Formats: sequence, C-alpha cells, structure tokens
Amino acid sequence: MHFLQQVINGIAQGCIYGLIAIGFVLIYKATETVSFVQGELMMLGAFLGLVLITVLGIPYWLAVPATLLAMMAFGFLVERVAISPILGEPAFSIVMLTLGIGYVARGAVMMIPELGTELQVLPVPYRDQSVAIGGLIIGMERLVVPAVTAALCLMLYLMFRFTRIGVAMQAASQSQSAAYYMGIPVRRLNGLVWGMAAGVAAIAGLLLAPIVMIDSNMGFIGLKAFPAAVVGGMASLPGAVVGGVTIGVIESLAGYLLPEGFKDVAAYVVVLIMLMVRPNGLFGGEVRKKV
Amino acid sequence: MTGSTLKLSNVESAYGPVKAIRGVSLQVPPGMIVAVLGSNGAGKSTILKTISGMVVPSRGKIEYGAHDITGIDPAAIVRYGISHVPEGRDVFPLLSVRDNLLMGAYTRKNRTEVPRDLEAVFDYLPILKERCAQPAQLLSGGQQQMLAIARAMMASPSLILLDEPSLGLSPKLTIEIFEIIVRVNRERGTTILLVEQNANLALNVADHGYVLENGRIVADDSCERLRAKEDIKEFYLGMRETGIRGERRWKKKKTWR
Ligand SMILES: Nc1ncnc2c1ncn2[C@@H]1O[C@H](COP(=O)(O)OP(=O)(O)OP(=O)(O)O)[C@@H](O)[C@H]1O
Ligand SMILES: [Mg+2]
Repeated sequence: MHFLQQVINGIAQGCIYGLIAIGFVLIYKATETVSFVQGELMMLGAFLGLVLITVLGIPYWLAVPATLLAMMAFGFLVERVAISPILGEPAFSIVMLTLGIGYVARGAVMMIPELGTELQVLPVPYRDQSVAIGGLIIGMERLVVPAVTAALCLMLYLMFRFTRIGVAMQAASQSQSAAYYMGIPVRRLNGLVWGMAAGVAAIAGLLLAPIVMIDSNMGFIGLKAFPAAVVGGMASLPGAVVGGVTIGVIESLAGYLLPEGFKDVAAYVVVLIMLMVRPNGLFGGEVRKKV
Repeated sequence: MTGSTLKLSNVESAYGPVKAIRGVSLQVPPGMIVAVLGSNGAGKSTILKTISGMVVPSRGKIEYGAHDITGIDPAAIVRYGISHVPEGRDVFPLLSVRDNLLMGAYTRKNRTEVPRDLEAVFDYLPILKERCAQPAQLLSGGQQQMLAIARAMMASPSLILLDEPSLGLSPKLTIEIFEIIVRVNRERGTTILLVEQNANLALNVADHGYVLENGRIVADDSCERLRAKEDIKEFYLGMRETGIRGERRWKKKKTWR
C-alpha cells in the first residue's frame, strides 16, 4: 500500500516536471535554444496566483485564468524584448540570458515584503479533500495534477494538429526558411511559443503550490524538469511528460526504498542511463531531414 | 488574375562583406515567363531572395506594380502576390502534404477559398492528391518539387519565383515539371521568374532571358535571340552534362540561416 502511495505521489510530482519540461521543449523546437527560466516562470505563476487570491481577494476560479493570461503575456514579452534580439547568437549567450532573467525574477519576488521571504500556502478550494480508492487515501491536491496535465496535453495536441497557428508553429520549427517564404510570421510565433511555455509553467506552479507551499526558491525544480525533457528526447512534447513522470516515480521510489540522498540524484541517474542506452531520448526517433 | 510588372532597378545585395549581386536591373511583365541564367554562385538565388524579402538589398529599388517592395517583410510580399519556390524545395518534412499546402495559403485572407484552391492545385499536380496524408519527407525528389510549386500556388500568387526546379531531377521529370509550369502560366496567367542551370530548357519555355555573371547582368534579350548567340551557346547550351552537374551541385547546397 505504501508503495502504491509513493507511485501516486511520484506521478503527481512527475507531471509537474513534465509540465515545466513542455516549456523547455516548446521553446527548443521553436528557436533551437534552451531556456533555463522555466522553473522561475513556474514560481512567478504560483506567486501571482497567491497575490491575486490572498492580497487582492480575487476568487480562485477567477484568479487561475487571470494568472494564466498574465503569465502568457509575460512570456510573450520576455521573448520579444529580451530573447528575440539575440536569437542567432551562440546558444551559450541565450542560456546565460535566461539564467539571468531567472535570477532577476527570484530576486524581485524576494523583495516583496513578507510574501517573498516566507513559506506561503495557496488557498485552493480542494484543500484537505481526499479520495479513498481501495484502502488508499489520496489527497485531492495530488489527484488534480495528472488530471489537469492530461487535459492540457490533449489541448496542446489538438492545437498543434488542427489549428492553423499550431500547424504553422510546427512548420516554422521544421524549416524556418520555408516558413518565412510562406509568409508565416515566425518571430511573432516565437513570442507566442514563449507565452505558451510560460502559461504551462504557471499552471504547474498553481498545481504544485498546494503540495509543497510557495517560496521564492521553488523554481529550482526546473533543474529536475530539464532532465525530464532530455529523457523525453528534447524535441517531443509527449516525451517531456513521459520523461517527467518517469523521473517523478523513480525519484519517489528511490526516496522510499533507498537510503537517504538517493532521491535527490535520481533524476540525474535516470538521465545518465538514458543517454547511454538511448542517446536520442525516449521519443527522439524522428529524423529531421532537410532536403 | 492580372498581375503587375516587377521591376528591379540597380539592386545590390550582400552577405556581410560578400557582394552577391551588383547593379541588377530587370523587368518581369505580367503573364510572361522570364528566365535568369548563370553559373554557380552567379547570384541567381540572391536575386530571388532579394525580391521575396529574405535578403534586404543594400542599394536599389524593387517595385511590383505601384508598390515599392524594397526590403519589406517577406509576409507582406507574399500578400502582394509574389510566391517563392525556394532552391532545393524546402518543404516541411514532417507535415503532411496537405498541411504543407495549407501553409502555402497561410497569408490568404479569404479562408473559404482555400479548399477550392486545393482542388485546383490538385488538378495540376494529381500525384499530390494521392499522397495528401503522407509526410512530405516520404515523397520522392520530383514529388517534393511538385509540392513546393503547389505550395507556392496556394498563396494564389500573380508572380511565382522559381529557383532551379530541375535541381537533382531526371530529364524526364524535369520536362514534366516544366510542362506544369507552362500550363500554370498559360491557364492561370501567372507570371513566372525562373532561375535555371538548365539553360536549354529555360530558353525554350521562357519569353525573355537575362544572363548573370558574378552578380552582374551581362546579357538581356528575347530567348529566341539568346539561343542564337554564340557565347551563350558555348557557355550554357553546349558543354553541359546535366546528370553529373546535378549531383555535384547537390553537395554544394547551402542551407539558409
Ligand atoms: N547565406 C550566404 N552567406 C554568405 N554568402 C552567401 C550566402 N548565400 C550565397 N552567398 C554567396 O553569394 C554569391 C551568390 O550566391 P547565390 O546563391 O545567389 O548563387 P546562385 O547563382 O544561386 O548559385 P547556384 O547556382 O549555386 O545556386 C555566392 O558567391 C555565394 O557564395
Ligand atoms: Mg541558387
């Protein structure tokens, strides 16, 4: 029973990794750069939700879409203002820039009096609810995570598959030059991709907050989401989620079955093994052919 | 569909310090097929890229009808009715043939016309209809070239810029492609600016030709007269071995970035 409980906890945690990893993958596919600000975007999302609900007194169900929209706009702006001008520079500079933006975000949040320096609880309506399944008692805050993750993945799938803008995003990722030739607004789409990545990260933050409490350092979880993206193949959205859940479950079981300390390195052990066995990741089979 | 005249005056484009074209002036009247000939690195693709806004010229002026399109956004140029079929096809490899075509129609305002246009394009290139659902990377080279042309047609252009449609194709397929191009020109009235290494073929289908050397236009005449010129014959029509060239050029191909 305890074992199953750990698996369920691992899945919930892994979905959070997966959601953040979706952001890595979206941005990587659009601009072939790695953004290390995703964890911080998640933290900002959680804080924004917290401020809206506890400081401004906005009801939860309004605060969620408001947070989502605001964070999407923020992601869009970050791309347009900071990332887009240096696209084409060596990948290293973009990585450093995103790390820098992350530091600034963390610092800015810490400067908020009281809120920024102490652990905060996000008051969600499903707090303290739980469901009993076959002798297991599972907290609602954990059950909600995979449900929302699944719904979000379905939405992303439908968007990329069937909407004009989604197909255009795929097109631009497969051949940027051809996308320009077709008159696809590649730059604006890059901004939108960042907006989507920030939105997904914000949702991850709102989902994680009831489980771990909010603090300005919660964004470090991004360091474990990046391995999730790598395990998934770096360029695959389903891969990101599967990679995230894999790491979440292994991590949780490592904490349960193995001595102290193994839990924290589990994610990296998984990545190392993955890179040795399947260097392209779980879903990295697609060959990109440029004729 | 009545197009406009495309007019380049003294256009100069460079990649960093490398001047690719210098003082290029040319005209493409509506409804015509105009060919640009020249050897490797002469600057042919650069002319097309400069017209379609992918390369911003350092000097000169490009007009399409009454519009000055010098250095404007590629998307705006597509909306003015100029579509570019890039060198080496450049299809979206993982998208289905259908999605590739829909991306060609990305800038179309009237979305309701798109399904009808799709049918019209399939009428010219029926093989694409059969392969509709397949990823473009599974098509043969010739079929990819057809897809690239069809994709450009989906923007409903009045002028198509065609960069070496015969690249890497068998002589038979090349002729097939050229027949389609001529049909599009005759039946839809689409103006065509054609860049070709296969000068023989190009001079046969085009009305007017320009010869480019080291970024400069060195000859400009009706194709009939160009075919008769001694030096043209010698350089572009005589000592030519399409098969071997095709392969050699293939390796030289550079990707845009
Ligand atoms: N992206 C680029 N960066 C730098 N130089 C370039 C680039 N593209 C082309 N050039 C240079 O510009 C000149 C003209 O190139 P262009 O591609 O226009 O020639 P082309 O006539 O199309 O040749 P080909 O028949 O081989 O396609 C060449 O000297 C080439 O080396
Ligand atoms: Mg060329």
